[in-house]
Amino acid sequence: MGFEKFGPKSFTAQTRVAEFADKLAAGEICATRCVRCRRVYFPPRADCVSCLGNSMEWEKIPEKGKLVSYTRVQYPPAGFEADAPYTLALVDFGEVKVFGRLSNAVEEAGIKVGREVKPVVLTTPDGQLTYEFVLI
Amino acid sequence: MSRDVAIIGVGQTKFTRNYQGSLREMVFEAFAEALRDAGITAREIGASLICSAPEYDKQRSPAGLLAEYLGLNPQPTFVLESICSSSTTGVRVGYSLIKAGLHDVVAVIGFQKMSEISSAESQERMGRGADIMWEAPFGSMMPAYYAMHAQAHFARYGTTEEDLALIRVKASKYGALNERAVFRKELTVEQCLNSAVVSSPLKVYDCCANADGASCLILANADRAKAISAKPVWILGLGAASETMSLTGREALDGLRAARLAAREAYQMAGLTPGEIDVAEVHDCFTIAELMAYEDLGFAEPGKGVELIRNGQTSLGGRIPVNVDGGLLSKGHPIGATGGSQVRTIVLQLRGEAGPMQVPGAEIGLVHNIGGVGIYSNVIILGR
Repeated sequence: MGFEKFGPKSFTAQTRVAEFADKLAAGEICATRCVRCRRVYFPPRADCVSCLGNSMEWEKIPEKGKLVSYTRVQYPPAGFEADAPYTLALVDFGEVKVFGRLSNAVEEAGIKVGREVKPVVLTTPDGQLTYEFVLI
Repeated sequence: MSRDVAIIGVGQTKFTRNYQGSLREMVFEAFAEALRDAGITAREIGASLICSAPEYDKQRSPAGLLAEYLGLNPQPTFVLESICSSSTTGVRVGYSLIKAGLHDVVAVIGFQKMSEISSAESQERMGRGADIMWEAPFGSMMPAYYAMHAQAHFARYGTTEEDLALIRVKASKYGALNERAVFRKELTVEQCLNSAVVSSPLKVYDCCANADGASCLILANADRAKAISAKPVWILGLGAASETMSLTGREALDGLRAARLAAREAYQMAGLTPGEIDVAEVHDCFTIAELMAYEDLGFAEPGKGVELIRNGQTSLGGRIPVNVDGGLLSKGHPIGATGGSQVRTIVLQLRGEAGPMQVPGAEIGLVHNIGGVGIYSNVIILGR
């Protein structure tokens, strides 16, 4: 339990990487790194597909990334009506890529593939923990 | 070039917004048409492969129900699922069962009755066809994922919204000719560009039409095909691949790697090159998907797909006519039925029975069917 706190709307409560949500509560957005072979994972994984190890350590993702792509969702899926419109984005941080939302404070005209962004932690009005990207 | 397994019968319901009957009745329509087309009875079918994305079905375990209703007991039956590519996965498994000698004749039955749930509900379920821990919580959905691919393609190659509109205009032109299509209206570039934004840059008319429908293919080994069928269409090449479900695992978003890998495998097995394909059905769930397919299938170099659509090369009379039955965009996309419908279109083309949509003298055809946002990919090359 614990992971249901993550994301604007959670579909999963139990996972061995539930500590991700605790890290978010502490203001950190973390990837997991395999203690044995050092491979890094985002989304965080409990199991290493390279060496089959399952001893992981948490590691903060870099401060700065580049926008790989984005889209402004006008017609959302059921359950997200109150959030729309919102911008989904994929950001490349070098070793890992991260999927999430771009801050609604960013004007659409200012968004461009390749733009530098940084992730910030936030709590939604209904108390969910999440992160979003803002322009640097 | 393999000529071991043929398609000897094809059937498809009209794709409609809301089929006025039950799921079993809808599937029966496609099945009966395929049986009549093949000139065989249900008793001669060794196994039935039921292809559907079960999240849209109210009926649980539909294989049991359908085998009963179609008169396919006591032969083996089971469900195959790879979302939107379920029924070409059925072709792949059916081919294998026949090649392995387990069965002589197999039915691949695909369906979806999308009207059983609301559109918003279906978008939410489709969203959960993405990683439910790390992506769906943000409100992701299929149009948004393909929109992100479009944006990446725009940024890298200078593709425009007008280019995508041309793809829909083409689809609508052929949808108007296809009596089995759900969307029969012809659209203009202006209408496409002025339609409401769903997820930028994709608008309503960049998105395929949800539909109810069923398809059925009868596959047979060479001996049975030659004995039964006057016009068998042979499976010359098959390719399949997968890609990470999460976008975070992907190298780039301006194409679908799984489609490129599946295409390479299919061309290799068939001993053919992209230039030898006479007619193709590609998975245009969104306009951008057709554009990426041109490039992933080798009809154009990466970034040059727009030239095909701008110059009319993928229309009837062009170098490589694509989706001249209206495609998913206008013919409609009943998830589990789609791949079977694409194969049916190519079979009719190769038999010279495609009516107003006929590509004159077509001998080799290709089907490209994608599940999810490039998660699953099947490419099939057919020849007469």
